[in-house]
Amino acid sequence: MTPIIVKTMSEMMAAGETPEILFWVGCSGSFDDRAKKITKAIVRILDHVKIKFAILGTEESCTGDPAKRAGNEFLFQMQAMQNINVMNGYGVKKIVTGCPHCFNTIKNEYPSLGGNYEIVHHTQLVQELIDQGKLKVEGGAFKGKKIVFHDPCYLGRGNDIYEAPREVVQKLDVELSEMKRSRAKGLCCGAGGAQMFKESEPGNKEVNVERAEEALALNPDVIAVGCPFCNTMMTDGVKHFNKEDKTKVLDVAEMIASAIDL
Amino acid sequence: MISSLIFSILLLAAGIFFTINVKKIRRNILIGRDVELPRNNGERFKTMMLVAFGQQKMFARPVPALLHLFLYAAFIITQIELIEIVVDGITGSHRVFRPSIHGFYTFIVSFIEILSVLAFIGTIAFLARRNLLKVPRLVKRELNGWPKLDANLILIGELTLICCIFMMNGADEVLYRRNLSHAANLGDGSLGFSISGHIGPLLFGGLSDNGLHLVERIGWWGHILMVLGFLNYLPYSKHLHIVLGFPNTYFSNLHKKGKFATLESVTDVVAPNFDPAYVPKTDPNHHQRFGVKDVQDLTWKNLLDAYTCTECGRCTSACPQNITGKKLSPRKIMMDTRDRLEEVGKNMDANKGTFVDDGKSLFDYISNEELWACNTCNACVQECPVNIDPLAIIMDMRRFLVMEQSQAPNELNLMFSNTENNGAPWQFSPSDRANWSKEI
Repeated sequence: MTPIIVKTMSEMMAAGETPEILFWVGCSGSFDDRAKKITKAIVRILDHVKIKFAILGTEESCTGDPAKRAGNEFLFQMQAMQNINVMNGYGVKKIVTGCPHCFNTIKNEYPSLGGNYEIVHHTQLVQELIDQGKLKVEGGAFKGKKIVFHDPCYLGRGNDIYEAPREVVQKLDVELSEMKRSRAKGLCCGAGGAQMFKESEPGNKEVNVERAEEALALNPDVIAVGCPFCNTMMTDGVKHFNKEDKTKVLDVAEMIASAIDL
Repeated sequence: MISSLIFSILLLAAGIFFTINVKKIRRNILIGRDVELPRNNGERFKTMMLVAFGQQKMFARPVPALLHLFLYAAFIITQIELIEIVVDGITGSHRVFRPSIHGFYTFIVSFIEILSVLAFIGTIAFLARRNLLKVPRLVKRELNGWPKLDANLILIGELTLICCIFMMNGADEVLYRRNLSHAANLGDGSLGFSISGHIGPLLFGGLSDNGLHLVERIGWWGHILMVLGFLNYLPYSKHLHIVLGFPNTYFSNLHKKGKFATLESVTDVVAPNFDPAYVPKTDPNHHQRFGVKDVQDLTWKNLLDAYTCTECGRCTSACPQNITGKKLSPRKIMMDTRDRLEEVGKNMDANKGTFVDDGKSLFDYISNEELWACNTCNACVQECPVNIDPLAIIMDMRRFLVMEQSQAPNELNLMFSNTENNGAPWQFSPSDRANWSKEI
């Protein structure tokens, strides 16, 4: 595999180039070992279809989503304005991200603070690429496999995007089955609202265990996700039931990248 | 003559008493902060027609939706009959509209009777769901005591009301056949109503003339007294959704659910660091508390939400934290908000219209444990059949805890300082952020 050179906005600017799209990586995709694999899969797809993209690199900072949901509006707005300053400085117009939390924050909460961009979730971009014929996808290793898609709250209920990830997954000739709680009725993985960063309150079950149990009841080969936090929570949930050998938790981007041997 | 007088006095008294209570509710709602909602009246009207009038979100659960539709339709259509009852009551006439609109009259009353039977079935089913089947969301701990009694009282009231309608129409049918009804005899031999035309003679056929008149009057008076009683019970009950469901859906949040409010008071502090020419949006002389401590800090829409809630618990049954046994219940957030609001309202009544500090706040009702459990997943908001937003209240109370009290859980404080220092919620060096790109 030839190495892919990922350029930053500042490198592009120095070379007098303008990218078509900014890839907003997000903290999870930048630092978490599991999520970095999703990041790389997205990069391989972008590279494969020859989209000229750039990242912010070390100039990217947390969007402020966890701080905001945890009630720290000060910290959120500090983060937001810092990021908006950087992006406006580069004249960013279009963004793709692999994280529904970053996606939601930039799409819905940055405009009133001066950040106006066209942003898409990576599953939307992949769907668009497939529809335009720029990306040819066949089942590959996933052909005929049983897949369950878990809706991320901030992509689904938060922004009414339910079909893009499903349509992409279905291009892999899979058997897509639905949990009872799916789409608008989808159950959270347990990470949102800054719960990712704290222990849960006393109760009789962890939310991710409840959700993994529901998904595993369908006996899938893959639980497909579209969010690095859901990925962590569902992976832990599957491990809780010792089913990690039978059922994999994969991001839609990873499935696509692997199906077309990227 | 005497009965006309008694009726008119009762009607007037009920009207006045209801008006006084409605004004109180209006005042209580307006205790909330003003908030400017996007105008977009066309979309608002459409939302109201679909969600409130059309019961759109109810049909996510078809069985209760259908049962509820019976009650809802019966309630709406019965209002037509009520016009005649009021005219009859005041003037001493009986079935005043029947002679002039004969066929249509028979159709309307027959329709009401069919809906009433369906509503009767619905009400019995609802009582069973609460008291026998014990549907989980209808027996949660926040319903213990008054809320449970309140719900049962309303259902029993509805059953009584329906029984009164059939006593009234059934007995009148037998009287009409005996040519003794006070309704004008149109020479048709029967009032011809769909249900009472059959069950009236069955149930009351053996009664004496006097007995029939008595049953008919008990039915008639019972009906109108239940209506006036229900009207005045409304402000004390959880049942205001029958009215407030309409304005509450009209004033729904029209944004994507993922978009949370931006606090302008915070922007005014943060923005000048980035833009020296920034012009503050809020009045600098009026310090507005960051987040919500008490009902006065909530918006009027939050408070309208609280009065609109009918405690159905769909929110709670969809809440991931409640499902997994945590204390958080979005329904309880709404019930607590209303309880505290009514406490503040009573305080104002007792103190000539101004609130005198009672040393309490919304935090005496809602615990930090509940607030910190929320996933902000919007399941509760999605579920609510009248577009109530419990999440907005949870978020604003978290803001108060963090920005005014510095009372976030320790792990979250760690996340805050990581974000502030490293630009990521974890303890990683910002210079390592793009390391992954070298491994590809």
